[in-house]
Amino acid sequence: MSDIIKTENLTFSYPPDEGKEPVPALRGIDLAIEQGSFVAILGHNGSGKSTLAKHMNAVLLPGGGTVWVDGMNTADEDLLLEIRRRVGMVFQNPDNQIVANVVEEDVAFGPENLGVPTEEIQKRVAASLKAVGMEEFTLHAPHHLSGGQKQRIAIAGIIAMEPACIVLDESTAMLDPLGRREVLDTVKKLNREKGITIVLITHHMDEAAMADRVVVMDSGRVVMDGTPEEVLVRVEELRAIGLAAPHTVELLHGLRQDGFDVPLNALSVKDCADAIAACLRK
Amino acid sequence: MLNDITLGQYFPGNSLAHRLDPRTKILLTVLYIVTLFCAKSFVSYALVAVLLITGVKVSGVAPKALVRGLKPILFIICFTAVLNLFYTPGETLVTFWIFRITKEGIFTAFFMVLRITMLIMGTFLLTYTTSPIALTDGLETLLGPLKKIRVPVHELAMIMSIALRFIPTLIEETDKIMSAQKARGADFESGNLLQRAKALVPILVPLFISAFRRADELAVAMECRCYHGDAGRTKLHVLHYQRRDYLVLLAYAAILIAVLVLAHFGL
Repeated sequence: MSDIIKTENLTFSYPPDEGKEPVPALRGIDLAIEQGSFVAILGHNGSGKSTLAKHMNAVLLPGGGTVWVDGMNTADEDLLLEIRRRVGMVFQNPDNQIVANVVEEDVAFGPENLGVPTEEIQKRVAASLKAVGMEEFTLHAPHHLSGGQKQRIAIAGIIAMEPACIVLDESTAMLDPLGRREVLDTVKKLNREKGITIVLITHHMDEAAMADRVVVMDSGRVVMDGTPEEVLVRVEELRAIGLAAPHTVELLHGLRQDGFDVPLNALSVKDCADAIAACLRK
Repeated sequence: MLNDITLGQYFPGNSLAHRLDPRTKILLTVLYIVTLFCAKSFVSYALVAVLLITGVKVSGVAPKALVRGLKPILFIICFTAVLNLFYTPGETLVTFWIFRITKEGIFTAFFMVLRITMLIMGTFLLTYTTSPIALTDGLETLLGPLKKIRVPVHELAMIMSIALRFIPTLIEETDKIMSAQKARGADFESGNLLQRAKALVPILVPLFISAFRRADELAVAMECRCYHGDAGRTKLHVLHYQRRDYLVLLAYAAILIAVLVLAHFGL
C-alpha cells in the first residue's frame, strides 16, 4: 500500500507575540500514513496534534521539512485544489463549517467549487448523504439538526469531493456521547466500506482504541506509534505526558500492581471482563 | 424572546407564484414598481390593483400577512397623506385657520397612499413566495452580466447567503450570552432608554468577538472545501426558465404597455 500522507522532518512555529521568541509547535515529525488505514493521533492540549492536522491539507505550510499528499508537495501552490480535494477536513465546531442553509446545498458546496457538472453533483450529494445516513434530511435547515447530525453533514460535504482521506480535527470534542457515537460509527463505516483513510485527532482514549494505529504526540514530537494494543497499555508513559490510558487498561494496571495475573492489552470492556474472569477462575 | 424574529419571511408553498423562476419574480417586481409609478388615473390604478389581487390569489398568501407587513410603515403612509393633503396647490375646497384643502390635494393624497401600500404589498409578495436562497440565486444570475464590468456579483451573493445562514446561529448565541449575563446579575429590563442601551454592551462585545472567530473558522473550512471564488464554479441547481415564466412575463408586459398608453392619453 502506498502512503497518502507523508511528512519528512516537519517543523513549524506560529508567529510569536511581539518581542517573544517563537515556540516551535512541531519539532521534526516523520510520519507516513498508509492509504486506507485508520489512524488516531493522540495528545493533550498544545501537543501539536491540531497543527499537524492542518499541515495535512495545506491549511498550514511547513516551516521546515516537507509534507507529501499522495505524492504532491503541499508547498506547491498550483496543486492546492488537488491536495484539498484528496484530503478533507472536519473541524471541531459543527456550526462554523456549514456554509449553506439547506443540507443538500451545503453538501454540494465542495463539488460546486471543483466545477463538477450539475448532474454529477446531484448524484454525489444523494450518495454522500446516504453514506452518512442523513438522506432524509436533504432539504432540512442545518440549524435545526443536532451536533452529531451537523458533523455528519460536514462529513458528507467532504465525501462529495471524493477524497482519499478525511482528517477529523477533534470533531467529536463538542458533541454529546450520542453525537460522538454517530460520528465515529460513520467514519468507521467509511473506512471499512469505501477504503477512505481516516485520521482522527482526539484526546479521547476510547476513540483512539478503535483505530488500527495510534500515534501519540507530546510537545511537537511523535513519542509513541503503534497499534492500540501496543501503545495504550503504556500506562506510566501516557500519564507522564498528561494522558490517561483507557479505563479498562487503568483497571488492569491497578490489578497487576496488586499482584493479579491479568494481561494489560484487553482494551474493550468485554475483553477486560473476560480477562478478569479468567484470572478469578484460576 | 428572539426566536420570533422572522427575517426574509418566506411562506413555503407550491403555488404557481412559488414555482415561478426567481428571476421571473424579480423582473416582475421591478416591472410592477415601474407600472405603479407610471399610473396616473383611476383606470390605471385599477389595472395595477387587479394585478396585485391576482398575484395574491395565485400565491395563496393570506392577505392578513400582507397587511401585517404594512404596520412598520404606517407612520410614513399617514405622514405622506397629510403632507399631500395640505400642501398641494389647486382648486380650494375647504379652508380653516391656516389649513387649506384642495381638490387636487385629496386626489394626490389618495393616490400616494394607494401607491405606497401597493408598492409594499407587491414587493412583500416576492419575499413571501421566494426562499432566500432562490432569491440570492436569482439575483446572482440576473446581475451576472455586471461581472464584465467587475461588479463582484458572486461575492455579494455569497455574502448574502452566508449572512442568512448565520442569522439563526447568532440569534441562538445572543440568547445564550444574555442568559449568561443575567446569571451574573445583568439587568436588561429596567431603567430608562439610555441605561437599557448601555446594558446591551456586555452582550454585543462577546457577540462580535464570537462572530469574528466564527468568520475565521468558516473561511478556513471553506478553503478546505476548495472554495476559490467564482472561477470554474458549477451549481447544484441551475435555474431554467419554463413556459409559465415566459407566459407570465408576456402577460405582464402587455399590462405595462396598457398603463403606459393610458398615461400617455392622460387617463
